[in-house]
Amino acid sequence: MSARDDILGSIRKSLGRSALAGDDAAQLHQRLGRPQRNLIPDRTAGRDTAGLTALFMDKAREFACTVDEVDSFEAVPEAVRAYLSRENLPARVVQAPALADSPDGALDWSAAPTVEVKTGTSDGSEDTSVTPVFAAIAETGTLMLTSDAATPTGLNFLPENHIALVRRSQMVGPLEDAWARFRAARAKADGDGFGMPRTVNLITGPSRTGDIEQKIQMGAHGPRRLHVIIVAD
Amino acid sequence: MQSTSRQFKDNAHRALNDATLQRALGNVKTGFQEKRAQVVSELPEFEALRDAGRDIKNHVLANLDFYLERFEENVTANGGHVHWCRTPAEARETILEICRRREAKTVTKGKSMVAEEIGLNDYLEEHGVEPIETDLGEYIIQLRHEPPSHIIAPAIHVTREQIAEDFRRHHTDLDPNRRLEEPRDFTDEARAKLRERYFAADVGITGANFLIAETGSTVIVTNEGNGDMTQLLGKAHVVVASLEKIVPTLEDASTILRLLARSATGQEMSVYTSFSTGPKRDADMDGPEEFHVVLLDNGRSAMLGTEFQDMLRCIRCAACMNHCPVYAAVGGHAYGWVYPGPMGSVLTPSLIGVEEAGHLPNASTFCGRCESVCPMRIPLPKMMRHYRQREFEKGLSPQKARAGLSVWSYFATRPSLYRLATRVATGLLGRMGRGKGRFSSLPLAGGWTSVRDMPAPEGRTFHDLYKERAAAGTRS
Repeated sequence: MSARDDILGSIRKSLGRSALAGDDAAQLHQRLGRPQRNLIPDRTAGRDTAGLTALFMDKAREFACTVDEVDSFEAVPEAVRAYLSRENLPARVVQAPALADSPDGALDWSAAPTVEVKTGTSDGSEDTSVTPVFAAIAETGTLMLTSDAATPTGLNFLPENHIALVRRSQMVGPLEDAWARFRAARAKADGDGFGMPRTVNLITGPSRTGDIEQKIQMGAHGPRRLHVIIVAD
Repeated sequence: MQSTSRQFKDNAHRALNDATLQRALGNVKTGFQEKRAQVVSELPEFEALRDAGRDIKNHVLANLDFYLERFEENVTANGGHVHWCRTPAEARETILEICRRREAKTVTKGKSMVAEEIGLNDYLEEHGVEPIETDLGEYIIQLRHEPPSHIIAPAIHVTREQIAEDFRRHHTDLDPNRRLEEPRDFTDEARAKLRERYFAADVGITGANFLIAETGSTVIVTNEGNGDMTQLLGKAHVVVASLEKIVPTLEDASTILRLLARSATGQEMSVYTSFSTGPKRDADMDGPEEFHVVLLDNGRSAMLGTEFQDMLRCIRCAACMNHCPVYAAVGGHAYGWVYPGPMGSVLTPSLIGVEEAGHLPNASTFCGRCESVCPMRIPLPKMMRHYRQREFEKGLSPQKARAGLSVWSYFATRPSLYRLATRVATGLLGRMGRGKGRFSSLPLAGGWTSVRDMPAPEGRTFHDLYKERAAAGTRS
């Protein structure tokens, strides 16, 4: 017998039944096919976009992010330049391809001519990346990023500093609301479920470790700084 | 890993007399307990979420075969492979086979307790593949050739002076007079050292906190980002996970995530929670070319339907050991195998046998703190009692303990005789101890009095006092 059959057989023997069939199986298929939410904390209930943004900013700062707000997408390059200068970082960034060429509009760096910009993923040598996000979760100040051709994952982990652009319209309350948008945005054309990207990263603050005598240190392996720019849209 | 659980008593004595270890263990209280209490107090729904988490896992365990099959279907549909492994040996061989096919020289590793359980590092090394631990704590203990002493803080038993020695001994290309004092110095040095290894790795191996049936995703939860770099930069990503890690949907994982980081490190969310589904897509600029899930049973399927099934709800947060007075006194290595603390005292005998690990369920004061903080409401003390009973029934407990228990049960099943005997003994001890109020040695109680005094009773039994107060109407 194969290991697979053995293990499944052992589970069924312990549970005292054979493989599920009929209604039992149909119910479980339905539980998977139409995922239900469990208990969701009240923390974000009843907040509008402004309320969610305020909570997100509080939480993100609590977890060691820095946060800026700008009035428009056009103002982002200057905000990036100002941040780099304020933090005494080299005026060089690597941006996600999604920001160079996007249906929502590309970043026009001519407004910040001193910043050297390249586009692509990271080879680990860059100081600072600039990426979009898929959603921002106010409940815990968490960013949701998905891997795609125009949003490579390396940018989220390899540079020393990560600047994430969040449009206000991407702000949600609990994590479940982010999944709802995610499922809708990735729905298959034939209506049969949704497609997963290779990876989904939920990021809450910069990289840290407590492995040396339980003392928290930033920048263990991932970015030492996580800066969020919230864009009004 | 070879267990030394049989020597628990000797291990514990050694640990109690190890001044360096005792100093390191002092960090557990401030590092974990206070942070957890704080963050839990900020979420009014925490207790209700514990119920929800427990119910999700109970549902999964009752339908484990169904969800595992759906998980496999969805991994496959996304271009990955599931390898079913009954034993640690099968899991090791499967992983080595993947490494060989990729002609791997080095593999990077994210932290995985299941990898410890199957003894993966030694096996890979014996077969010419170099494993490199990338979690800072795991990296430190790999340099020290030690097993982890805690499931989420593997190097909690090591002080910074010891780490400084390890780094100087291994990082010989660096200035021998460099400063290694502040935590920052160590973190930066390890960061720089490991950077080069991620890019060179042929295979990246991680564990999984969850497997999601609905999507065929594996989930890791970390603070450092090392697991993410391991699974991003290795040419193939191998996930090693035990089969009870499954949850049905993204929503179910979200519920348990609200419990996990709060219970573990006292964070609302860990820094990185990453869902991996299959290999790099054609258009992706980065990511591994292959995606494998090595699914380990190793005795878990046989725990279903027994009084130990609830243990399979465990999400490995370590709250039980962080709040355990026994763990705080002796540390994790004394337990002698992979999983220490209260969860280890139940899981270890389940996985390697009560013959091997019978001491562990006895290493408990039954204070109940583990159960009171367990996010999945696992009745750990009750299960330890089941193991004590099994140990007794199998005739494994020591002769002296068995004799003592039969004397006690002779009296306990004869209530009037029991009351008479305790009245005589209490009265006698009360009179003898009246001077000092304690005994520094007592016949038959040497195990107690050799390390601490026995307080003298005050001369009356509990039964007598209870009866008297009930009669006086002051019971409440």
